[in-house]
Parts: sequence; structure tokens; C-alpha cells
Amino acid sequence: MQNNCSMKKEDIPQDPSALQNVTKEVSYAVDENGKYVTELSAGWDVKIKALDVAWSDIEKKVAGARQKVLNKEASPLLYFMELKLMDIEILSAYTGFWKWQVKRHLKPSVFEKLSAKKLQRYATAFDVTVEALKNVNWNETGV
Amino acid sequence: MKPEYKHLQAAHCENGVTTSLLQHYGVHQITEPLAFGIGSGLFFIYIPFMKVNDGPAISFRTMPGMIFKRTCKSLAIPILRKKFSSKENAKQALDNRLAEGHPAACQVGVFYLPYFPKEYRFHFNAHNLIVVGKEGDNYLISDPIMETITTMNSYELERVRFARGPLAPRGQLYFPQKTGAVTQEQMKHAIITGIKRNVRHMLYAPGNIAGISGIRYTAKKIKKWRDTLGLERSRSYLAQLVRMQEEIGTGGGGFRFIYAAFLQQAHAYFPVDELMDISKQFTKAGDLWRDAAIQASGIYKGRLTEQHDYNIMGDHLLEIAALEKEAFNDLAATLKKLR
Repeated sequence: MQNNCSMKKEDIPQDPSALQNVTKEVSYAVDENGKYVTELSAGWDVKIKALDVAWSDIEKKVAGARQKVLNKEASPLLYFMELKLMDIEILSAYTGFWKWQVKRHLKPSVFEKLSAKKLQRYATAFDVTVEALKNVNWNETGV
Repeated sequence: MKPEYKHLQAAHCENGVTTSLLQHYGVHQITEPLAFGIGSGLFFIYIPFMKVNDGPAISFRTMPGMIFKRTCKSLAIPILRKKFSSKENAKQALDNRLAEGHPAACQVGVFYLPYFPKEYRFHFNAHNLIVVGKEGDNYLISDPIMETITTMNSYELERVRFARGPLAPRGQLYFPQKTGAVTQEQMKHAIITGIKRNVRHMLYAPGNIAGISGIRYTAKKIKKWRDTLGLERSRSYLAQLVRMQEEIGTGGGGFRFIYAAFLQQAHAYFPVDELMDISKQFTKAGDLWRDAAIQASGIYKGRLTEQHDYNIMGDHLLEIAALEKEAFNDLAATLKKLR
């Protein structure tokens, strides 16, 4: 706990984060004279863990979607939608389909009858090939 | 076309773009904290009926686009902001602007931003960057989050400019239209306007979900999360709160440290002791936000699981609300002395 001590330059955390090798973050803190200066921070454990929580939630959702697709309860679109962190609204915005259409296409029976043209719209949105949409490679690791 | 452009790294993308563009066009006084303060950037809102990535919609800053708009307006600098329905027109407008030797800012989505690490690529569509030049098919990008100038090819840039979903940028392009220096009087006037507006937003925002009352509202909600959401979801909710507060762009402490820096810099224009004292109050607020984040992390790391731990978290926010209320009241009282 950092109780009773104000944010000092030397207290700026330097915990290696996902930004490592990409950039460091500008943080504001006071120097020894109490004047505000900027200092680069590599990251802070507290927020690295917060981001980890977000990603572990996403992984759970992707795993859930994968199981539903394997059980034929949902079309492969559900898996890709979760893999690409989308929801029906975002997927609808990227493909130009109405939300109710996307919902229908999430059914395996409807998905199987989709035209090549419509499949291409989904493939473009997910940045994958139509082939990959139809024959899901379960080892795909994300974005 | 190799332009002369001085890249500026900043804590927050919109502050950075605003500061960088205004400096480029001769407003040498502007800094990131001044842009943030003049743009009345400090805020708090928790929108209960909205979800972001399945978590709570919480923001520690004002709406995207407002800092640039307000700062330019306060300094009497006209701006141009344009959205496009056609990708070709969007590209042409940018290319024309660059051909004239001028930079332009773009609103983009980060999901397909190629130089961002995967862990940070969510469907967040209100990122800002400056396109400063073009070499062949590559655009030179001054992104305030990055340490140096980066590049994107025309396809990559088009994809992020036309990201879809909430806050879709629709190719949005913006820049100051008139260029030139501003006077010290203009700066002083802008600082007063910025403080006044920020006092109003934090103390008198209507409803109970924004400003100081929004912090109190969130405190009450947090105390109920364990019961209403269960352990797992309330962990995710707290992690999201901390991300909004501390993630890249905030400068730490939910933008409170940047605001404290703004008041110090305002002191150079108005040598009134109170500004320095109130700056310290905001530093304290930022520290308390960080203490709260440490408490929250105890919960989402799974170390703290009791209702008592959630109560402590809520109490942290109540303490912050009281402190920020006092700080903004003091600021309102000090306004009269600023001239």
C-alpha cells in the first residue's frame, strides 16, 4: 500500500507489461521539488493483472463457443465472433447484415446454406479465408 | 514527401494529438496538461444501462473528441472535422491534405492497429493519431502513445479509419484550420473557461451517475457486486474499473495526476497560491485512486473474497468523492481570483 505518500517520480512502477518492446507509457508524477514531470513507465502489476483478467474472460468465452460449435449448437461464426472479440452488434456493423440476420446465421442449419458471397462478407470481417470459416482450425490462437 | 514534423509522445492520445497539432501550428505555450485542463478533460461517469466488453461502462475522462474541440474553441482556432461515407473520398481528402504539406488527425479503431500489441487490441474506436506524411504506399503516423513515428500502408490505415461498431470513426479527419500564435491573454481566458466548465461537470452534472455523485453511485454499486454478480463476474467488473482508471492513456490515477499538473501550469499564468494547494489535493485524489486499484487487484487476483473487502473498496471511492468534491469547491472559490 502506498498510503500517505504522494505519487513521486521514483515511485512510478516499472513492471514489464504487454507493451514491452512496443512502447513505454507517459506517466505524470512529482519530482523532489513537488513539480510535475513526466516519466516513462514500463507497466504496473496491478493493471497488468487487470488486463489478464479481461483476457482470461475472453479465453473462457472462446472455449465455450468452440464447444457449442463442436456440439452443433452454433455455427462456426460464433467461434470466430468470440475469437475476434466481437458481439452481434459489431459483427453486424462489419458485415452489413442486420443483427437478426447474424443471429440466424449463428444457427448451423442456416449457416450451411449461406452463399459464397455472404460467407465472404464474414471472412473479410474476421480477416480469415472462407475456407477457414467452413473448416475451423481449432489451433487458431486469436487476433 | 518527407515532412518536418516533431513527434510528441503523450499520456493520452487525444491530449497528445491536440497538443502536437497546436504546437505544430505555432501555439508554443500548449502542453498536454494545459490541453487537458482547457478541454475540461477530467470527469467520472458510470453508465449502468450500457456494457463494454461485457463489463461496466466507466470513464474517468470526458467524451472522445471534446478535448480537441473545446481547446481549439477556447483559443479561437477554427477546426475542420469531416466524416466520410466513401473510403476513396476519405483517402483522397487525406492525400490532398498531405500533398499541401499539412498533417491531419484521424480517429481510428485499435482492433486492427498493426503496431499495437495484441493484448491491447479491443474494439475501441476512439483512438486518435496524426498522419504526417506519405512515402509510396506508406503513411507516416505520429501516434502519441508511441515513442517514435510509425508507419501504416494504405490498406492498414483504411481499415482502422473505417473500423465498425460503437463510436465508428467513419474515416474521420480533423485539423485546425487557421494557424498562428495565440497571446498570453488568450491562454489565460482559455484556462479560466476550462476550469469553470470542469467545476460545473464534476459538481453539477445532472442525475447521479456522473461527476462526484457518479463516484458515490459507483461506490454503492461495488458494495453490492459480490451479491448481485457473484465472485467471478465482480472480479471482472473490478478489473475493468481499474483498466479504465490506470490503462495506457490515463497518465495514472484516472487522469487525476494530469489534472494536478494542469493546475501547476495554470499557476504560471495566475500566480495564486491556492492553485498549487488544489493541485496537491488532486495529487492526493490520484494517490487514493491508486490505493483503491490495489485493493481491487487483491479482489481480482483472488486473494480477497469477503463482502468486507468489497466494502473497503466502496469506502475508498466514497473517500475519493469527498476529497474531489472539496477540491472542486475550492477551485470554484478560487476562480474569482483568476484574472
